[in-house]
Amino acid sequence: MPIGVEHYLTVAGVLFTLGILGIFLNRKNVIVILMCVELMLLAVNINLVAFSVYQGNVVGQVFAMLVLTVAAAEAAIGLAILVVYFRNRGSVEVEDISAMKG
Amino acid sequence: MLLQAIAFYVFAAVTIGAGAGVVISRNPVYSVLFLILAFFNSAALFVLIGAEFIAMILVIVYVGAVAVLFLFVVMMLDINVAKLKEGFLDYLPVGAGIGILLFVEILWGLGVFGATSGTVSTFSKAGAQALAIDNTRAIGRVLYTQYFYLFQVAGVVLLVAMIGAIVLTLRRRPGVRRQRISDQLYRPKEDSVTVVKVPTRGGV
Repeated sequence: MPIGVEHYLTVAGVLFTLGILGIFLNRKNVIVILMCVELMLLAVNINLVAFSVYQGNVVGQVFAMLVLTVAAAEAAIGLAILVVYFRNRGSVEVEDISAMKG
Repeated sequence: MLLQAIAFYVFAAVTIGAGAGVVISRNPVYSVLFLILAFFNSAALFVLIGAEFIAMILVIVYVGAVAVLFLFVVMMLDINVAKLKEGFLDYLPVGAGIGILLFVEILWGLGVFGATSGTVSTFSKAGAQALAIDNTRAIGRVLYTQYFYLFQVAGVVLLVAMIGAIVLTLRRRPGVRRQRISDQLYRPKEDSVTVVKVPTRGGV
């Protein structure tokens, strides 16, 4: 049985849905929410690479690398903000982070 | 071909299981370890379709840098594990509803519901084999010529992120004594050396 692009897209869709689900379910810990964002970016990368190989065009993999770069930068900045917030408030619970009334 | 299918299903199942583990595990340390497992298995999925360079970059960047950063932060912050999952069931209905809705939408976008069974768009080997070069060289040919400015912008993004992370987490604590070399070097002679006239048999 051949493995096609649909299989990869399905895996990516499931991973993306899991990421969304994690953001909705984890109302206690911001770090897990950041991890779920990484999971969603991984799903996007799977989509980009699958379509890139399917079409025989390597540009999609270049874009996947750029997504990877942005994901690394986002993780660094997000975790730095989290460390500073924990130092000031002593908590990273989502319900406590309400200073901006968002 | 059958071996590739078996490998795909194993790697895909472990990836999805690890993704679910990230969401539902109680301890954030276990979440990070499940995240690492998901990254490794999706790198294996990339190798299966011939995108080796992205797979290796995924292992190096995600597992080697991002996941270890997460692990450090999770272990540094003192988080009450028992309190973490309170309210997990409160948000389960709305979360599951939105998740199912999104998943159905994704499947609908893929055209699963209208597709006739048995038609699978297999990966064409035409692109890579027509060029007769390997994956890394193909990426390099595009990345360093056509998308060179984008490549440099990515470098700038990383630089800004690095400086931002350092600036955010740097703090000057008031009580700490530390060496300030410029103060030591610019100390005037009058402050440090005094000439004392010592009387004979008197001492200082």
